[in-house]
Order: sequence, then structure tokens, then C-alpha cells
Amino acid sequence: MSEHLAFHFDVDGENFVSAGQASVQIKKNLRQLGLPPETIRRVSIAMYEGEINMVIHANGGSADVLVYEDKIVIILDDKGPGIKDIEQAMQEGFSTATDRVRALGFGAGMGLPNMKHYTDEMTIESTVGVGTKITMQVNL
Amino acid sequence: MNTYKHSVVLDVAKCTGCTSCARHCPTEAIRIIDGRAQINTDRCIDCGECIRICPQKAKKAMSSKFEHYLHYKWKIALPAPSLFGQFDGLDDVDTVLQGLLDIGFDDVYEVSKAAELVSSYTRIYLKTEGIKKPVISSACPVISRLISLRFPYLKENLLPILPPMEIAAIQAKAKAKREHPELKDEEIGTFFISPCAAKVSYIRNGWGEYKSNVDVVVSMSDIYFMLIGVMKRDSIPTVSSESGMIGVGWASSGGESSSILNDSYLAADGIKNCNNVLDSIENGNIPQVEFVELNACIGGCVGGVMTIENPFIAKTRLQTVRRYMPVCKNFLPADKNFIPDDYINDTSPDYTPISRLSENMAESMRMMSKIQKLRSELPGIDCAACGSPTCRAFAEDNVRGLIKNGERQCIVLRQMGYDPFDTGKTEGTNESK
Repeated sequence: MSEHLAFHFDVDGENFVSAGQASVQIKKNLRQLGLPPETIRRVSIAMYEGEINMVIHANGGSADVLVYEDKIVIILDDKGPGIKDIEQAMQEGFSTATDRVRALGFGAGMGLPNMKHYTDEMTIESTVGVGTKITMQVNL
Repeated sequence: MNTYKHSVVLDVAKCTGCTSCARHCPTEAIRIIDGRAQINTDRCIDCGECIRICPQKAKKAMSSKFEHYLHYKWKIALPAPSLFGQFDGLDDVDTVLQGLLDIGFDDVYEVSKAAELVSSYTRIYLKTEGIKKPVISSACPVISRLISLRFPYLKENLLPILPPMEIAAIQAKAKAKREHPELKDEEIGTFFISPCAAKVSYIRNGWGEYKSNVDVVVSMSDIYFMLIGVMKRDSIPTVSSESGMIGVGWASSGGESSSILNDSYLAADGIKNCNNVLDSIENGNIPQVEFVELNACIGGCVGGVMTIENPFIAKTRLQTVRRYMPVCKNFLPADKNFIPDDYINDTSPDYTPISRLSENMAESMRMMSKIQKLRSELPGIDCAACGSPTCRAFAEDNVRGLIKNGERQCIVLRQMGYDPFDTGKTEGTNESK
């Protein structure tokens, strides 16, 4: 494995006020590395959606961003309920968010599709009752 | 290479190096070096936060004195609408306009009049197909500069119409030439009566390829004291206002938005709030709105550092002033329902990645890794006694090689008899500026 930089963030569960903080922070860090604005935006959106997902569905989790010279890898790990049907979850507009969450303007069913859209690779490993780990990659 | 001209100046004799400004600067542009505040001009966005916070009043917004520019044969005052919120008991804008003539201006052209035109053009622009939404107001120069430095992806969202101040200057000059054809271009001077420092910078630097048509910027507080002496409420003014509620409404936050006559807007004020909104827009995380109005100063332009009155009091006063005004006095004639080319500026300054550590990505990564390590050794209380606003910034300054010969130190670590910087293991790469 080549040399890389690692950024770690803990994402608070059920805290909508601070949700999205990790994505703002990673944006600052990537700007300092001098990455192209479009790349920064893609990473930031993917992070943001993932972060919100963990807050809404999994009572928080952790986000790790690894920066290599040729790629950025984002790993979101939670101990939430897991995803029953990944294919269904990937459909635009599908959401299991509660009414309370929807009332806050989230839960439009665009989280996972957006994460896939803004990254070059995405894999989801999920076990019901155990948790979910999403790995995304943005090539540089 | 930095060629940007700023408008915040420091009175070195008054500065005590107290760190207040450094800690409050939203772009972390200030460092305390040798006991004095120094501004990194690449990062400064002229928001005026340091002027507001300085307990010593050592920071000032630069502006010109009216009396130094009397050589213009035809002097036109361009009062920002926030001026009308500065006076106690004012019920007629004309009193202020007359006052401007009485202190020596030859003519007055209200910026609020131009603002009504901008409102009309904005409504037209919002209907244009294929434009990036939400459209972000270009009236606050702090926000425009913040976008150009930090949010390059949102540059295309900026309203490509000149700010009211510029349209007022263009129109005022055209009017002067129409009415006084004997005047030469260089004999006509447009004087913007400014509520803030950022407008001064905009006028000195232009925007992208656009060069400002304002010749002189005078501070609203200077003009206020001149006006107070001559304004008479019982006399009958010889001039009358050519703007309505819409134009004057631009003085406070939400005024420009409400003038698009469409409830699909977001209006935020205060530099930190604006920054958060821009972050959210970039992430696609705001409701679908047509228009976004961002004002760096709390309350909008009435909160500018060159105003006299508290922004909320000024806003309340403006409500009284606006009460008996027509909604708008500058409707576009039906056959002129397009935006004149002269009023469009779709150019903007080039994106400069101000926070970039190095031009080389691998080097940036090495530096970032050093910063992370140093940061973890620092106390993390962000006391700013070292002269950097945060421990993170101090670590970065060290790695960037901005601290010569250990002249700035962490006093907390020194107290503990420990200095992670003195072994020479952090030999910084001296980045060329």
C-alpha cells in the first residue's frame, strides 16, 4: 500500500444539528491539498449523504477518508440495523426514513443513489442487525 | 503574486497584539507577529469583522475624504440606501438628498434607484433558460470574493448583473453628460457613500474584467456628520427621491430577495451564516430556491462598519421612511424588457486556491501529515497566544515555514517544558507566494 493521508471522523447519531460537519471539514482538508474543485465537491457530497444516512438510520458511526496520490477512498462504518435489500435501497426515491426524519427535509431516497453517482466505485457490505460498511472511491 | 488591493488598515500605534481580530477572522487571515496584527492579503475578504471586534479601535476601513476631491467640476453623490436609516426621526428621504447638495455635491443619484433596476433585471434573468440555480446575489462584494476564493463551483451561480452601486455610477455619468454636454469625462466624479469597507475594495479592484465606474468612496459616517449640520427638516427640498420601497429595502437583509416578487428565496446575513449556506448549496443540501441573497454584515448593509447606527435600529427607521413610498419608481418599459449589455458582467476573478499547501500534491500530502502530527502535540485550547488563531493554524504555519527562528511559540507547551518545534524535525518548506 502506498503512502496515504488519513482523516477520521466520528458521526453522532440522532444529532441533526451537527450532521454534515464531517463533510465540511473534509472539504477544507482537500482544498489544502490543492485538489480540483470538482473532485472536492464530489467527495463532499458523497460524504454528506453518507453522514446523513448514518445519522438517520444507524445512530451514527464513523467516517474515514484516505487520500492517496491517485484516489480518495471514503469508508463509512456503522453498527446500525443493516440494509435488508441493497438493490431496493439503491433505487431513487426508496427510503425507510421515519416521518419525523422526513419532516426535517431528509429521507427523499436519494442518499445512496447520489453517493453512487458522485463516486467512481462504491461497494456496500451490510448484515441485518449488525451494521453497514460502505466504501466509495473517487479517482484523481 | 497578490495584486488585490484591500481596504482594511491597521493603526500600528494602537494595536496591542491582543489576538481578538485573529481569533474572529472568518478566513483565518490574521496572525500576530511581533505583537502586531498582520493581515494575509491573499485570504482577506474585507468583511470588516476585525474592525468590529478590535477593542483598541486600531483597525479602520479605508475611504477617501470628500474635501480632497473637490477638483472634480461635477460631483455626483451616490448614496447607498442604508444612509437613510442613520437619521433619527427622518420621514422624508428628500431631506437627506437636499443635504447632500447643501454640503457641496452638484447632483445626487440614489443607489436605491439603480437597485430597483437591478431587481427588474434579476426577475428577467431568473426566467432565462439554462442558468444555474439558485442564482446568488452579486451585490455584497464580500460574498462574491468568498465565492471566488472558496467556492469556485458556485461562480456560475452568481448573478451576472452589475451591483446597484455600479449601475448608479454609469447612469449618473450618462445623465451628467446629457444635461451638461460641456463637461469632459474626467471632470465628472461619482462619489459612492459607502456603508462598508468591502465596497471600497470592489471599486479599487473591479470584478473580473469589469472596472468600476465609481471614482471616489466616502465613508457613510464622515458624510453623516457633515449632513447633520446642514439638514433642515422644515425647509422644502429642491430634489425629490426617484426610488420606492423596493430600492430602499435593499439596505437590509431580505430586501433584495423580496424584490424578486417570488417567495422562492433564501436570505442570510452575517459572514459565518453565509459561509454555512454556501457549504450547503455546494452539497445540494438546501431546498429548491430560485434566489439566494447573502449579506456578510449582520442585518445587511445597515450593519456595515462605516455606518453610525446599530443595524436593527437603522432597519426600524427605514420602515418608517418606506411607509409612504410607492412600491417602486423604476419599472422597465414594456419594450425594454431585456438586460442591457452594459449592465452585464459575467467575468470573475480567477480561482486561486488560497489554502493549498503546495503546488505538488505529494508534497501537500506530506505537509498535511506533518500538520496532523504537530496538531496532536499541541494543547488544542486555541488560545492564540502564539499569534495563530488556532492550534491547527499554528501547526500549519510551522509546516509552511511561516515562523522564522521560532519567534512565535506555544506558551502552554513551554510552561510544561516541552517544545515539539525546537529539535529541527519540522523544517518547513518555504512556499513561494
